[in-house]
Amino acid sequence: MEKITCVCGHENPFGTKICGKCGRPLSEDAKAQKILDMRYDGSAIRSKTYNKSIIDKIWNFFSSVKVGVSLIVITLIASSLGTFFPQKFNIQAATEAEKALYYEQNYGTIGKLYYELGFSDIFNSWWYQILVGLLAISIIVASLDRGIPLYKSLKNQRVKRHESFMKKQRIVAQGPVTEGDPSKTLDLISEKMTQLRYKVRRDGNALLAEKNRFARSGPYINHLGLIIFIFGVMLRFVPGFHVDEAMWIREGEVRAIPGMEGYFLENEQFILETYDNDPTRAQIEQGVAAIPKNYQTNVKLYKQAEGALLGDTENMELVKEYSIRVNHPLKYDGYSIYQMDFRQNELKTMTFELTHKESGKSLGSLTIDLTDPDKEYVLGENTKVEILNYYPDFSGMKDGVPQTASQYPNNPAFVFKMTTPDKPKGEISFVSIGAPPVEAGENEYKMTFKNVETRNVSGLTIKKDVTIPILIIGGAIFLLGLAIGSYWNHRRLWVQQLEDGTIMLAAHTNKNWFSIKKDLDIVTDYAHLPKYRDQLEENGESDKEGDDVK
Amino acid sequence: MDKKKKRSIIRGIILLVLACAIIYTIYNSATKEKVEALADGDQAPDFELVDLEGNTHRLSDYKGQGVFLNFWGTWCEPCKKEMPAMERQYQQFKDQGVQVLAVNIAQSKFEVQNFVDQYDLTFPVVIDKTKSVMQAYNVGKLPATYLISPDGKVKKIPPGELSEQQIQSFMESIKPE
Amino acid sequence: MSLIDISGNLLFIAFFAYILGTVFIAGSIKRNDGAASRAEKWGKIGIVVAIIGFIAQLGYFITRWIYAGHAPVSNMFEFTTAFGMFLVGAFILIYFIYRVKILGLVALPIAILFISYATMFPTEVTPLVPSLQSHWLTIHVITAAIGQSILAISAVAGLIYLLKEVDPKTPSKERFWLEAILYCCVVIIGFIVVTITFRSMGYEAEFTYIDKTGKEADIVYNMPAIFGMNEYDLKTDGVMEPLIEMPALINAKKLTTVTWSFIAGTIIYLLYRLIARKRICELLHPLVKRVNINLVDEIGYRSVLIGFPVFSLGALVFAMIWAQIAWGRFWGWDPKEVWALITWLFYAAYLHLRLSKGWEGRKSAWLALIGFAIIIFNLVFVNLVIAGLHSYA
Repeated sequence: MEKITCVCGHENPFGTKICGKCGRPLSEDAKAQKILDMRYDGSAIRSKTYNKSIIDKIWNFFSSVKVGVSLIVITLIASSLGTFFPQKFNIQAATEAEKALYYEQNYGTIGKLYYELGFSDIFNSWWYQILVGLLAISIIVASLDRGIPLYKSLKNQRVKRHESFMKKQRIVAQGPVTEGDPSKTLDLISEKMTQLRYKVRRDGNALLAEKNRFARSGPYINHLGLIIFIFGVMLRFVPGFHVDEAMWIREGEVRAIPGMEGYFLENEQFILETYDNDPTRAQIEQGVAAIPKNYQTNVKLYKQAEGALLGDTENMELVKEYSIRVNHPLKYDGYSIYQMDFRQNELKTMTFELTHKESGKSLGSLTIDLTDPDKEYVLGENTKVEILNYYPDFSGMKDGVPQTASQYPNNPAFVFKMTTPDKPKGEISFVSIGAPPVEAGENEYKMTFKNVETRNVSGLTIKKDVTIPILIIGGAIFLLGLAIGSYWNHRRLWVQQLEDGTIMLAAHTNKNWFSIKKDLDIVTDYAHLPKYRDQLEENGESDKEGDDVK
Repeated sequence: MDKKKKRSIIRGIILLVLACAIIYTIYNSATKEKVEALADGDQAPDFELVDLEGNTHRLSDYKGQGVFLNFWGTWCEPCKKEMPAMERQYQQFKDQGVQVLAVNIAQSKFEVQNFVDQYDLTFPVVIDKTKSVMQAYNVGKLPATYLISPDGKVKKIPPGELSEQQIQSFMESIKPE
Repeated sequence: MSLIDISGNLLFIAFFAYILGTVFIAGSIKRNDGAASRAEKWGKIGIVVAIIGFIAQLGYFITRWIYAGHAPVSNMFEFTTAFGMFLVGAFILIYFIYRVKILGLVALPIAILFISYATMFPTEVTPLVPSLQSHWLTIHVITAAIGQSILAISAVAGLIYLLKEVDPKTPSKERFWLEAILYCCVVIIGFIVVTITFRSMGYEAEFTYIDKTGKEADIVYNMPAIFGMNEYDLKTDGVMEPLIEMPALINAKKLTTVTWSFIAGTIIYLLYRLIARKRICELLHPLVKRVNINLVDEIGYRSVLIGFPVFSLGALVFAMIWAQIAWGRFWGWDPKEVWALITWLFYAAYLHLRLSKGWEGRKSAWLALIGFAIIIFNLVFVNLVIAGLHSYA
């Protein structure tokens, strides 16, 4: 690992291709090249020089651009696999078993294979996460490996370069001044280049005009942005950094907000508006009855009283009233509540009439609140209806006993006891929707269904994401670096005037030779310089692939 | 060769830190569900709910006694099977320092009262109207039972429906010393 | 005449201007008979006509915007038309930097194809559904479209590069794939021909079928049914019965459309081969003979370098910001989002391969074409075939 001492006396780190002081080619391949590789200004890419220990080997592996590009391509292909069939988290199925069945049922054997191989949950899989992790390591290692030497090299570069450096640049010129006084040439160059917004440095008979050095930092800045972004994403998995819950809440209900302890939401109203346009061709083709215009849930946000325990809803404080719409979530205390989904027309109340079967005479009506029924409803003197049993979601009989599937009033059924003046002992009737009443014997009275009231249910999602600012910063830095690296180019012009007044000149840019040539044309004309040559174009297409000299 | 060693160390540290960060993230991602849930040894969140008579019950009211905390619903078949067993064991243990607190998941007073009358339950039954306690205890499927020791900590969360024998031994296990 | 009619007429004008522009630019290609001055003049006219067309299409865009009250990028028709417009805009911009007219020979026909393809979809102004009611519709979609059209120029340059460099007379893998790409363009033409034909015949066939949830549903075919929906029942008389029935999972109507397009496209291609007795790439090869190949390569690379940041900004960053505001999650692995990510990763790989590994010339040209294929895949297949939260454009 010896340092390389150049003829000019400067000590270069091992592996340096071009002397950092004078520019003489040092390495064998640098000496052999017709046009020098200026990608890292001749500095040693550290990974390519040290290769001893296992740590070095791992480091070098990640520093390689070939490995990085391969990782990008593998990630790209892996991601595409996740789009052929819907991913697991998008399927409406409750249990794992149901999900497995879904793939086989809907997509046949390919679907089953898709599920078995884990492709139905690619983006959450450990190997996909490792892939992204490897990509991150690659970005960091490659940037450190190249960025630091490049920075040092550019910072320490000298104005005066050796002839062998100058002659091996892509753009060169040599010859006498075409007109005017040669002693003024360097001043003219300096003047023009300054006008073209270059920074000009002189050192005796040498001149260096440089512009946009910061552009070289572009890739390293954008890589930094990506790493910050990935870091932000990784942070979301740390418990507490990311809340993602969902709740269904009926109009009129007050519910505790999952994920947001101590807060309650009251759904005042759900509103669905549609456009009343004439059906468009798109609508007809897709079978859409009306195009939705607005989904909105008007809510009241409550906070528990100071020091109140879980479940205590006394003395709640109303902190916010808001209409949650798509694109307009409710924001409070770092949380955001989004309008996601809705269900319409859930049964809210049912109205029955106590009717005498034969005469059809009604003894009165009662309205039952399906989420809070009363035990009995008094209709008049010696006339009342009692609910002996209530089954909100009647699902059939089991051993003669009515069953309810859930607590939600999807299919209400009742066991009524009707007490009337001529039947003071009461008659019992089991009433359900869409079926005739089941009676113990032959009743004289029956409960006639009269009316329902419905209400809507809103589906909301609750999110809290502390990592969002980090992601924003990462994204912004990424874009900044990308812009810097893409839209600005680093240009340099080296000039030396020899004893006899002739000019030797070389120019380099990291990208966009087209534009630097325009600058060179201007200064060549102004300072009467010898015409420059593009050594790459002179070589023709033969240098197209392989050693890149951009 | 000091510089070489230094370089190796720096590189090694960087790689190690990166590897750890990635493994930590993957581990977190895989265990996301379990971390959010209540675990054995955690302090049981105190709460305040109202029973069918309008009396307020706090979990902390029962400090010093073991609490058999049960979340249930009237439509839930296993709950119906459990309740009579719970009632019987409650009669045995209530004077031995073990209480039963049954929390209903936001159903109507009508349904809860009917159920209590039907199964002749004597232990306190409260209704979690806003589902806030249910969320704090991360209740998923019903029935959900939480065994709380006299010092207020969650001793065990036995999953699913419990047999009478299991109820008996669990109540035994949370008796105060 | 209402604003929407004006808008439609302007689009019409733009469409024909692009066709005319293509003709003039094709005529301006210098041939050995030395009619140099005529070629110059034709070339200039071609560019001017293209610019007129672009301005007309801008007029269509603005008038439609005013009429609809929202940026006209909210459905398949609007987006694809806008994409064509930005493509022409990108071509004009690149032309003024590099003065390479021949790009127009490929860019303008692609824009024509885009607009034709777009008009196969419902063109009426539809009101915005709640999730699209946001300023971000304008910001995200337009920026993404501009980014994609600049990237598309690299594919235009790539195609020209390969048309010149790949020897049409020698069998090779490259020649095969080049011709395959040109064949795909013919299939798109086939789609347009077949749709217009059956539409002008007023063809309609109504079916009921059992969808994948087991429920009965209706569907109307606008082309003779080659493939039938699951357990279909033909309601209209005197129309073709499906030849094969498809399971519930597959949308037989779309499959039928695609099949008809391939049939028509293949027939057109075979007819062409019969008449011309040479491959399309052989036909086009002499047109690009005098092209400065290094410059075309440079243009291809520069358009990626210019377009990639714009694409990153529009298709990823703005998209993530809007998704967070609308749905509370900035990324949901929705197929459209994933394919935008794939596009982004691909062009990142392109830049790394070019800048660090020296992949220039032919390799770069093929990469550019693959990148464009990915963009088209996102536009066509992801929108129409794979469903998701994102199925507008």
